Amino acid sequence: MLANYLQRQAMSKNWLEEVKQFTDNYLRPLSADIEENGSVPENIIQGLATMGMLAVTFPREYGGLELDPLTYGYITEEIGKACCATRSLLTVHSSLVGESIVRYGTVSQKSYWLPLMANGTVIAAFALSEPGVGSDAAGIQTTYRKRSGGYLISGRKKWITFGTRADLFLVMATGSEGITAFLVEKNSPGLNVTPMKGMMAGRAAAMAELEFTEVAVADQQVLGKTGNGFRYIVNTALDHGRYSVAWGGLAIAQEALEAMVSYARKRKQFGKALYEYQLIQGLIGDAVAQVHAARSLCIHAGTCRKENHPDMTGATQIAKYFASVTAVKVAADAVQVHGANGCNSIYPVERLFREAKVLEIIEGSSQIQQVQLSELALSRYYRNGYYVNE
Amino acid sequence: MEVRENIRAFIGQHLIVFNDDVSFTDEDNIFELGFVNSLFAMKLLNYVEHTFDIVLENEDIDINNFSSVNNIERLIAGKLSSTAGNE
Repeated sequence: MLANYLQRQAMSKNWLEEVKQFTDNYLRPLSADIEENGSVPENIIQGLATMGMLAVTFPREYGGLELDPLTYGYITEEIGKACCATRSLLTVHSSLVGESIVRYGTVSQKSYWLPLMANGTVIAAFALSEPGVGSDAAGIQTTYRKRSGGYLISGRKKWITFGTRADLFLVMATGSEGITAFLVEKNSPGLNVTPMKGMMAGRAAAMAELEFTEVAVADQQVLGKTGNGFRYIVNTALDHGRYSVAWGGLAIAQEALEAMVSYARKRKQFGKALYEYQLIQGLIGDAVAQVHAARSLCIHAGTCRKENHPDMTGATQIAKYFASVTAVKVAADAVQVHGANGCNSIYPVERLFREAKVLEIIEGSSQIQQVQLSELALSRYYRNGYYVNE
Repeated sequence: MEVRENIRAFIGQHLIVFNDDVSFTDEDNIFELGFVNSLFAMKLLNYVEHTFDIVLENEDIDINNFSSVNNIERLIAGKLSSTAGNE
């Protein structure tokens, strides 16, 4: 892991140190309360904004830090280790919405929204999923209708992370010109935001349902070209989102590993510490190998993205798929090592276990990743002439 | 590598049809033929920008400009010539 160490040293170290101090001193101690209270405190959001963490990769001219994707990844991991809900704010606000505006926004859209998003005045959320539409994102039912100078949007969105907190939504709707992306403000007449209850995870992630009843938007609120909403904007947003979630998965796995070994060294049963039992060592050994593998995949994806390598989307899918599966496995094993204590919120592994599962579902489920990764492999690793035709 | 061959190679690496006999001409609409998956349009956009060092504006990001080898080549040539004209 020397290469990883050196790479980490080479990055802008101060940013990571600053984030680590913030998470150790403020965020991690609050993480249980954040979930209990069902929201990320405003002073945490403003603290992140003050440090530039809401706009890590945004261009400097728009108030961002303009740091590279790897640095964003390390920061996301650090925050995600401490509090998954806070990490999910970075994912939706900076990656899904922010990066989409950076890529497809007009100069006036970028000049207006990005500085406000960077300083935390505006929190943004991504509105794609619907009651009847998850993986089949191209099948959305929310519609837009053209009218003089703009559009009217009608329909429902569901599972919108930070939906009750957001000031701005990036909304996908379908209509005569194809799926189109719109920047819609929270206070738009006809937009009703309802908090969602009963979540297994993301309890502090301000989950919401949105109902649009002929919400009027101007032509200037279209992001990108009309008709490019799915093919370009959704795919770009989710590509960035997957990268963020990959590091979020690594974060949970790393945190769970640290909890697992810390508990195993102290907890005694039958007169011996848990770590002295080979069956526990098996769980720890598997966990550390999987965490290191997930880290390598995240770093590889980040390196590809930093270089704009043509493989960056595939590398990101691999990292997201593996890191989310690893998060579920390591968090589950961490609960197992904790026994009954792992089933109670007195230890964080209970929360990590619940939060991990969601990562296998969002930004393209594991099954969607498997299908697309198999397509990648069938093309890339095919050897013509290998098959013996008897 | 020629621009055209470069584009063909990139598309060839991303086909999701796995019959050895499958081929496409420079005029074929690779999206309508179902030869690529839903991520490909975005991948192709990134590839064109970074491989040929051009910036594509929202007006350029039209699926028709990316639907065939010929159209992609035409888009790149147009952007490169306008860039050269501005220098």
